[in-house]
Amino acid sequence: MTFRERLQAWRYNLVPDHAIGEILQKRWTDNAIPFLALVIVVAGFGSAIPGFFRLVSLQDSTRQLGEFSLVVTGLTVVMLGGGIDLSVGSIFALSAFASVAAFFIFHLPTGLAFLAALATGLIFGAVNGYLIGFLRLRAFLTTLVTFIIGRAIYDILVVSFGAKVQLSDASSDLWDFIGDGTMAGLSVSVVAALVLAVVTHVALTRSRPGWHVLAIGGSRRSAHNAGIRVRRMVFLTYVFSGACSACAGFLIATRLSGAGPGTGQGLEILALTAAVVGGNSLGGGRGSVVKGLMGAVIVLVMTNGLIRLGYGTGTNQMVLGLLLAVAVTIDIRWMKNRHKVLNEVYVAPVYLKLGETQSAAPGSGTPYELNNRLSQADAIGLGELEGPEDVILDRDDHLYCGTRHGEIVRYFAPDYTRSEVFAHVGGFPLGLAFDRAGNLLSCVGAMGLYRIAPDRTVTRLSAETRRSWTSIVDDARLRDPNDLDIAPDGKVYFTDSTKRYDAHDWTLDSIENRATGRLLVYDPATGKTATLLDGYRYTNGVTMAHDNRSVFFCESWACRIHRYWLEGPKVGTAECVIRDMPGYPDNINRASDGTYWMAWLGMRTPSFDLSLRHPGMRRRMARRLPQDEWLFPNINTGGVVKFNDAGEILQTFGDLTGVSHPMVTSMREHKGFLYIGGILNNRIGRYKIEGANPDWTANDAYWGAGS
Amino acid sequence: MNGAPGRFLRNLNQERIVLWITVAIFVAAALGLPGFLTSGNLIAIVRSVSVLGILALGMSVVIIGRGIDLSMVAVMAMSVAWYLQLLDSGVADGAALPLALAGVLAVGVVNGFLVAYAELPAIFVTLASGSFVFGYVRSQLIPQDAVSVPSDHWIIALGKLRPVGVPADVYIFAALALAAFVFLRFTKWGRYVYYAGDNPVAARNAGMPVRPMLVLRYVISALTAFAAGLLTAASLQSINTRVVNSTLLYDIVLVAVIGGIGLSGGKGGVRNVLIGAALIGIMLNAMTILDIPQLYQNLIKSTILLVAIIVDGLLNPRDEQTAQQGDI
Repeated sequence: MTFRERLQAWRYNLVPDHAIGEILQKRWTDNAIPFLALVIVVAGFGSAIPGFFRLVSLQDSTRQLGEFSLVVTGLTVVMLGGGIDLSVGSIFALSAFASVAAFFIFHLPTGLAFLAALATGLIFGAVNGYLIGFLRLRAFLTTLVTFIIGRAIYDILVVSFGAKVQLSDASSDLWDFIGDGTMAGLSVSVVAALVLAVVTHVALTRSRPGWHVLAIGGSRRSAHNAGIRVRRMVFLTYVFSGACSACAGFLIATRLSGAGPGTGQGLEILALTAAVVGGNSLGGGRGSVVKGLMGAVIVLVMTNGLIRLGYGTGTNQMVLGLLLAVAVTIDIRWMKNRHKVLNEVYVAPVYLKLGETQSAAPGSGTPYELNNRLSQADAIGLGELEGPEDVILDRDDHLYCGTRHGEIVRYFAPDYTRSEVFAHVGGFPLGLAFDRAGNLLSCVGAMGLYRIAPDRTVTRLSAETRRSWTSIVDDARLRDPNDLDIAPDGKVYFTDSTKRYDAHDWTLDSIENRATGRLLVYDPATGKTATLLDGYRYTNGVTMAHDNRSVFFCESWACRIHRYWLEGPKVGTAECVIRDMPGYPDNINRASDGTYWMAWLGMRTPSFDLSLRHPGMRRRMARRLPQDEWLFPNINTGGVVKFNDAGEILQTFGDLTGVSHPMVTSMREHKGFLYIGGILNNRIGRYKIEGANPDWTANDAYWGAGS
Repeated sequence: MNGAPGRFLRNLNQERIVLWITVAIFVAAALGLPGFLTSGNLIAIVRSVSVLGILALGMSVVIIGRGIDLSMVAVMAMSVAWYLQLLDSGVADGAALPLALAGVLAVGVVNGFLVAYAELPAIFVTLASGSFVFGYVRSQLIPQDAVSVPSDHWIIALGKLRPVGVPADVYIFAALALAAFVFLRFTKWGRYVYYAGDNPVAARNAGMPVRPMLVLRYVISALTAFAAGLLTAASLQSINTRVVNSTLLYDIVLVAVIGGIGLSGGKGGVRNVLIGAALIGIMLNAMTILDIPQLYQNLIKSTILLVAIIVDGLLNPRDEQTAQQGDI
């Protein structure tokens, strides 16, 4: 290995480039920019204003923050549902007046004053909600009008009854405590805001009504068509917003013990700015309570900070305007470009130097030498089938295969001209196996391990394993379950080829070549799936050895066959049986003579082998070229290879014409015939094997004759 | 609902409802209020809404193109305040006016650029730019809330101009309404405004310069705002920047929308603005004659607007299947 190659290997195999793409996939990266802004704003004003972080000062400013975040939380929920509520300022002011009036004019206890505020908010919110939710009026215009109406009513009330409030001698310890007191250093409004935020967050992310709100915001029409009661949910979001503003109004009433003409003035703009600066999108569907809270802190710290720093009239609006513009710009551009960045950086190739291999060229005289025998195979389902990755036969000789449409198709014996859809599973059914009871088990790409009973009922057996500690993206989910086999005790050994790509993107995994393939075992007794081995380059075919003491599995992009020991001295470990083959191995199955069949999905080429030693080149290729100009593994020639327990190659079969079976992903021996499938093929091949036992079937070999 | 009454109800849309309400209030006021139907009062009505109407004209051009300009009031007040401040500090009119105009143009272009090219929601862009314009001018360029017009300036003369006994505001409103009508109805780019507002993607695919047109619309609305500001200054002989905090902005949107210009774009025209302005003007005038306090006037005005919106919503309910996503 040259020094340059050694450097490349270190650079690309040790630096976790793939983490960037995975981090970008996380939804919390949405919050990164608002959070950064939050830190900068708090740090900036905190250092510019003397005594900003002193407890008394913080208590004072957080009291206002608590009220404000209550309003913002309500507005956030409305915005998530695809609406907007400009009337929050009016609700806030009217609720404040309601509690002030109840307490000072009517001398009611504090609790009733709170209820008066809440009732005001609920009624106002219900009016908004009724108009927008049930009458389907436009949110912006309607809340604009109700905002003006509410403001007008409030102005009239303040002018008419303001003096009475001033002259009142009502007082209450509870009222004063809510306005001025603290619990463990926290003011009531902060506690209220936190409690509401937590409850709302949980409700939005983990409850049916919350999901419905997000669904409506995401796509109102789809939500309606999915049976969600759109109108009622929209109504409720406004009622909720009204209640939130009412709580805030009650809190400011207790804090100021009065209601002046300026109460709630301009609050709607502040709240809207906060919600958007935090990263909630207008039009709904995307956002969270946390974003709203971050926005609330940013906006309030900024506006209050500017006042305390002594800047004159107008500075606040100037800064707010800039803030809103910058926040919206960043937010929109980020959302628009994130997937582009993600597409560019997600493929992060690693270095691999494959060993020298023997030639498979016809006439080369090596054990791998390909011939043209598969071109003579009879075609089954020619032109009807799309993508039979694996094929299998049952005890009645019927032939089953998966298709790319997510179906299991059954061809009827003896001539395999008639067919039916045996079951619809969805996903991409890949590996197939029959268990002792005659159930058909399948590894379904992008879904998991499934069981199809003879009566065609489909059951999911497993879709996840244990998550590994170092994973960024949840790797518990099975992304590309590929092949399986069943041990005599019923345990299902199966592979999950990659953690990085979904099943249909398997070619991208070949470009990246990162070792993330797993060997898993599903235990029907417990229903649990465990990871046996991790870190292989595209684990693919699996088969039980004839003596059931070990499992053979292959590693496609490394061209190797491994044996995993289930018992004996090497139990729990894997050893490489065949290395540096000239082809990329796929499914492995038992042969009648005590050996094994292995499919080759494609052949190694010097050019792709070379590119594996140049990860930088593959990375540039993935970033700069359109996908159809990429250098991929050659899948135009494949074949079938027979090997024995010792790892010796015994026989090969190929199709040099490239017409019938260019790419072979599976083969199954049954009563002297070999049935051949290909994931990109349009047929199943049926090939008469010379000298094979004409009575041997896999079902008998696995489960005993006739059982 | 059959026969004539049924057809009448089915053909009702927001514009017609508002028109009928306007006519009803007009007739009621004419019959019930002494002094309402005099020429002096009618002129006063038109004058009272001319500034609002001019602003609504600019706003409607933007709204028809599926946008909204919330920075209009800030531009109106602050550009004129800055202009007057420049004059006050001794800058020659020949330099001050182009300077103020350049500022107005810049705001319009920036608004349009951010909406058209950065593809930001118009509501936030103009909300932000309005806030910024007010804050910047108020904190950096002018020392107090109100700036008065220097005596013997042409703006004063404009305010006193009364050809045929009708104030100049009314003529300017009429002229601008005519200009907007001609632009929207008879010019190519005016027609394009409707197409771009109705379906921006289709308009773009059809080869219309959708983005430059967007910028143009925001420039138009900024210039209209400047004109309205000059008229305000002419009639009051000063400009008070506190108007930015009033409900004037919402009144503009309401005048434009109440007449039937849909916020989703592609609908309406100058006629709708005139109807909306007429409703507001007549209502305000009638209430002033009735001696209803300002506070109650706001309440009554907004309640009538709400009723109009509700009736429109009942007669033309939006359909779940065809409503646009994100259309608020």
